[in-house]
Amino acid sequence: MSLLIRNGRVVDPAGGTDAVADVWVAEGRIHKLGRGLKAPAGAEIIDATGKVVCPGFIDMHVHLREPGFEYKETIASGTRAAAAGGFTAVACMANTFPVNDNRAVTDYILARAKVEGVVRVYPIGAVTRNLEGTQLAEMAEQAEAGCVAFSDDGKCVMNAELYRRAMEYALPFGTPVISHAEDCQLAHGAPMNEGFVSTELGLSGQPGAAEDVMVARDIILAELTGAHLHVAHISTAGAVRLVREAKARGVRVTAEVTPHHLVLTDEAVRSYDPNCKMAPPLRTKRDVEACLEALVDGTIDCVATDHAPHATSEKEGEFAEAANGVVGLETAVPLLLDRLVRPGVLDLPTLVARLSTGPARLLNLPGGSLAPGAEADITILDLEQDFTVDPAAFHSRSRNTPFAGFTGRGAPWMTLVGGVKVTP
Amino acid sequence: MGWKRKDLIGMQDLEAGEITDVLDTAISMKEIAAREIKKVPTLRGKTVVNLFYESSTRTRTSFEIAGKWLSADVINFSASGSSADKGESLLDTARNIEAMSPDVVVVRHKASGAPALLARHLRCGVVNAGDGAHEHPTQALLDLMTIREKKGHLEGLNVTIVGDVTHSRVARSNIFGMRKMGITVTVAGPPTLIPPQCQELGVKVSHRLEEAIAHADVIMMLRLQHERMEGGFIPSIREYSRVWGLSLAKLKPCRPDVLIMHPGPVNRGVELSPEVADSPFSVILDQVANGVAVRMAVLYLLAGSKSA
Amino acid sequence: MSTREKAQVLDETGLDRALTRIAHEIVEQAGGGEDVALVGIKTRGVTLAERIAAKIAAIEGTKPSVGALDITLYRDDLGLKAEQPIVRTTEIGFPIKGRTVVLVDDVLFTGRTIRAAMDALMDLGRPRIIRLAVLVDRGHRELPIRPDYIGKNLPTSRRETVAVLLREHDGVDRVVIQEE
Repeated sequence: MSLLIRNGRVVDPAGGTDAVADVWVAEGRIHKLGRGLKAPAGAEIIDATGKVVCPGFIDMHVHLREPGFEYKETIASGTRAAAAGGFTAVACMANTFPVNDNRAVTDYILARAKVEGVVRVYPIGAVTRNLEGTQLAEMAEQAEAGCVAFSDDGKCVMNAELYRRAMEYALPFGTPVISHAEDCQLAHGAPMNEGFVSTELGLSGQPGAAEDVMVARDIILAELTGAHLHVAHISTAGAVRLVREAKARGVRVTAEVTPHHLVLTDEAVRSYDPNCKMAPPLRTKRDVEACLEALVDGTIDCVATDHAPHATSEKEGEFAEAANGVVGLETAVPLLLDRLVRPGVLDLPTLVARLSTGPARLLNLPGGSLAPGAEADITILDLEQDFTVDPAAFHSRSRNTPFAGFTGRGAPWMTLVGGVKVTP
Repeated sequence: MGWKRKDLIGMQDLEAGEITDVLDTAISMKEIAAREIKKVPTLRGKTVVNLFYESSTRTRTSFEIAGKWLSADVINFSASGSSADKGESLLDTARNIEAMSPDVVVVRHKASGAPALLARHLRCGVVNAGDGAHEHPTQALLDLMTIREKKGHLEGLNVTIVGDVTHSRVARSNIFGMRKMGITVTVAGPPTLIPPQCQELGVKVSHRLEEAIAHADVIMMLRLQHERMEGGFIPSIREYSRVWGLSLAKLKPCRPDVLIMHPGPVNRGVELSPEVADSPFSVILDQVANGVAVRMAVLYLLAGSKSA
Repeated sequence: MSTREKAQVLDETGLDRALTRIAHEIVEQAGGGEDVALVGIKTRGVTLAERIAAKIAAIEGTKPSVGALDITLYRDDLGLKAEQPIVRTTEIGFPIKGRTVVLVDDVLFTGRTIRAAMDALMDLGRPRIIRLAVLVDRGHRELPIRPDYIGKNLPTSRRETVAVLLREHDGVDRVVIQEE
């Protein structure tokens, strides 16, 4: 089974390529890259003239909600949304019901993914039992079962002693520990960022310091234990500065940022639209600028959506009562292309790296490369495609996005996993 | 100027001319309170629904009297808690009420933004009777009416608001409204009870009571809620009242014609000593009387403006 | 919408004579025994009531009580207009009960203003008798209302408007017919 993707602009940061070339896929793997390749008879030809051919994008922070919250999303619908959004792989967080804190749930997720998953699914296991922050989860068995990282995401492990032990325990598995950095007391459940907007709106705010304080703590613990710390959904200038300094010191810390933290500020909350409520909350312009700068210079290693589906009833009504989180799989790539690449804030090869090479390296995954022999996970982009965000057309089960009605240019065109087209 | 709004959500939305319209109309409404037959047929056949999610006898009664004196039919809906507590979401409750064709819904809710949400979804007019710590526009309007009545004008006055500004919708509405009318506003309280970047609202910030009230024409005391002690905002009620409470002694250096205001209910001995509360400086009871007049004016202006 | 003046129907002297005649008629009907009070309908009705009261004072020696009535809250067309009309204040500083009240207005047209004025007056107390004095009756009644004292009968078409200009408000005393 051969496939020839002809004449596209091939952007492969791992291989140092950014040129028009053909990509020859055979038996689900990259066979050859080159100009004017002649495919064998019977090969399918995909004309990628004017398109951009990249290693498949990997979203390392997704909530697939299955098992337990299938009314919000399932592995089937979530991976379909991923494929539609240009992603060939997702890593899914452990705050399911039951929590993925033991191998039985990990096995379940992988089994469902095998049958119903449209793209690759990599489970992330819990750090503590039931995400309660008091006892370690069985990380050895979970790693054996296939967990690629550990995180209590959704919650912060407040007990420093326990978190230190968790980092130490996870060391032999080579799995990063992913921190949801939020000091729950400083944050006191406030629904938005503390600042002038919260003062004017009379809404309780959580200061950026609630995130910075925990990032600082986790960096120090990573230094102490030698663990690989990955900071989830970084959002403040303070946290960015801490990560930059820690990297300079040689600490094994990495970070991800969401598209919404690069495009929106807390001004969006003035509408009281619950689709602008998430954790960490939308921050100030200064924080957004710091994150953009860090994404460009590599202090932030990758973009991850923190795709968090919720039913409509959970995202309408009083702002302070709404569930936290927004979907992101189907809006990430178009927004990043239109708001970052098109105005020249970030060049295309760097964006591709932040979406493919970066996550693959962080999680020790195969992928993020178009080198011959690699699995043919390929994302093809159309930079000239106009888009309008229409939640009614989402493949995800949920519609909770702050970007409804946003327009721009640049979108995913085709997604292939193992050489097979999976775009819905 | 002419009132064209369907809803009254906050002082922040109003222009100075609209505020003046309400105050002027309220003066005429106040005359009705002095009559033997306290009724005019103006809103006859109109239905006003009081949808109060936070218990509040005073404000609700004030709106009820206002509606009844205008001959409207007033229905009280006491919903407790929030969407999460009772199972029926705020929007569902509102839609159910709307199915009964009210002309105005007056809503008080603990969530900032709730009246704005209702106003977007309901065809009838919505009056915000207090949403979280955000706004309480009829309170600010009655405060402005009281000040204008006593001082003869608003522009150029110095008003000091003392107390828990962070959690106060009365403070916010007054700050927004007063600034539009040319009043210089100072807020005073312990730093833990003044919200971040407060001065960007266009107010002076002080952490010393004596300095903040020295030149004030009006001192507005905010109610201290006991939960603030538990939340770590103040060490004790006792210390708060010693440092921030008003007594006759603390008023000695102030202007002899200073007005003392309070949105009520007063914690005697905490924000105000009993002597101050009962002194000639206090216009607290005038505030209450003006509350009915202002709410009559608001109902009159809203019930008449057709969005159809 | 511009209006142009079509004709002057009363000049300063004519207006004054009409008010003098009304004052005499009121005094005659009262017969010296009735305690007449004048209530003007805002805004120009109040001015006319004051003038009539002054003339009665010149005739009888004592000035009758004068009050001002704002009828906005009693109108039957609220909610039909784009914005609520501005409410002014009613100032009647004497008891209504048992009195003879003469309502005073500048122009009588459909009669709806007078209907509202009567309702407003009744809410303030129960007068013994209500009578009506108008400077101009321009016809086109929509309710069964009739004036007791008329300054001038003026048949008009619906397209026309009658404007009463008074020194205290407009700098001159005259009554004119205008057309769009």
